[in-house]
Amino acid sequence: MSATRLVKSKTNSNFGLTDVVSINDFSRKDIEAVLAKAGQMEKTNVSKKQKILAGKTVASLFFEPSTRTRLSFETAIQNLGGKVIGFSEVGATSAKKGETLSDTIRMVSGYSDIIVMRHNIEGAARRAAEISKRPVINAGDGANQHPTQTLLDLYTIKKEFGKIDGISIGIVGDLKYGRTVHSLAYALALYSKVRLFCIAPESLKMPEQIIEDIEKKVQVRQTDRFEKFLPELDVLYSTRIQQERFPDPVEYEKVKNVYILNKSNLKNTKKNFRIMHPLPRVNEISTDIDDTPAALYFEQARNGIPVREAILALLSKVRK
Amino acid sequence: MKEKNPKIIHITPIKEGTAIDHLKPGTALKILEVLNLQDVAVTAAMNVESRKMGRKDIIFIDGKKLNERELNKVALIGKGGTLNEIRNGKIVAKKQLAYPDRAEGIIKCINPKCITNTEPLPTKFSISGEPLSANCFYCQTRMKGNEIANSII
Repeated sequence: MSATRLVKSKTNSNFGLTDVVSINDFSRKDIEAVLAKAGQMEKTNVSKKQKILAGKTVASLFFEPSTRTRLSFETAIQNLGGKVIGFSEVGATSAKKGETLSDTIRMVSGYSDIIVMRHNIEGAARRAAEISKRPVINAGDGANQHPTQTLLDLYTIKKEFGKIDGISIGIVGDLKYGRTVHSLAYALALYSKVRLFCIAPESLKMPEQIIEDIEKKVQVRQTDRFEKFLPELDVLYSTRIQQERFPDPVEYEKVKNVYILNKSNLKNTKKNFRIMHPLPRVNEISTDIDDTPAALYFEQARNGIPVREAILALLSKVRK
Repeated sequence: MKEKNPKIIHITPIKEGTAIDHLKPGTALKILEVLNLQDVAVTAAMNVESRKMGRKDIIFIDGKKLNERELNKVALIGKGGTLNEIRNGKIVAKKQLAYPDRAEGIIKCINPKCITNTEPLPTKFSISGEPLSANCFYCQTRMKGNEIANSII
């Protein structure tokens, strides 16, 4: 019971997945295939890329609001010459009338060649992939997975440092509820000699399940202070502490300002030290860092386009 | 007054059906609960002495062979027990209960936000042991030990 993989003879690429649902379905080869393709996409003019999805329709189903992910997917689709159909909020759909996701997906897979979807229900993308005749890309399912964010994070690290093996990375903030850090931790476990520092207050610590799964593959340290480890890090991956995840506003007030990075934190860091963030940020990275070489987060957001183009291009050849 | 001899109640062996032996003490009631057998005579002995285990539970189900779904439910709780199929008063098949590799439609996912709790959709779990854990195919939630036993449907 795992994700569907392509029979190798059907594809010339090292990419073997029929859908992009969870980073846990990826082998290192699959990830490398996406990163290599993203590198190609970045070097190719839009006019030359138009053939890739020419005559194809991509359904963009956002049952939950999104800015960056939806816009970057839709830009990527247009850069590749594809047509976009879909919606950006559930209010305008039959789901509002009580239609099941399964029925919506059966219908949409008859209208489109690839489905990109975000849903607040966990496992929605896996269900969609199971019944859709067309490849499905998960653009976020509740607190569960957001694999394309992880792939663009890895692409950003690879592009900046030339490698992912051997990297020392601190992830800071909400490690309990943040799906991006969970997926990133699993992906880093596919690389060798990675050192992972999990920095969070007790109430937002990385779930034990994830630590158990990855600690044999990467060196994990858990701490609630980041200052001490900053000189050891190549990357600090900061995340927003999400107010909407806290049932108790008092608990949120206690932790919201615990990890704020400002320019003075950069003094004792490595020369090539970089800060990443999946955005949107609130106050966790002070704006005085934006103009320093350490700020990699806007570049990271830009990398969403070539990475999503790469995924669309790889899946455009898939027959399920 | 002469003390009355306590009455010893023996369990009459069944002629047709299923006996589940060598169950860990305390598991028989849970197994009967999840099997929810209607119109079938069931006898359970709990905390009886056992040479092999010290104490054990046993269940006799009269006139019924368990189907695969029922067997998977039993195995999730009674791993290590012995399943005996009885015909004409004789044991015709015997096997040790082992965790299934997968469990479909028999465990409810504990994640209230899982798609299986919001749409009419049978659950799918991959099972691994030891220690026992069940991973939801859809939302990837991992359930352990008692969480699994308490979520069997």
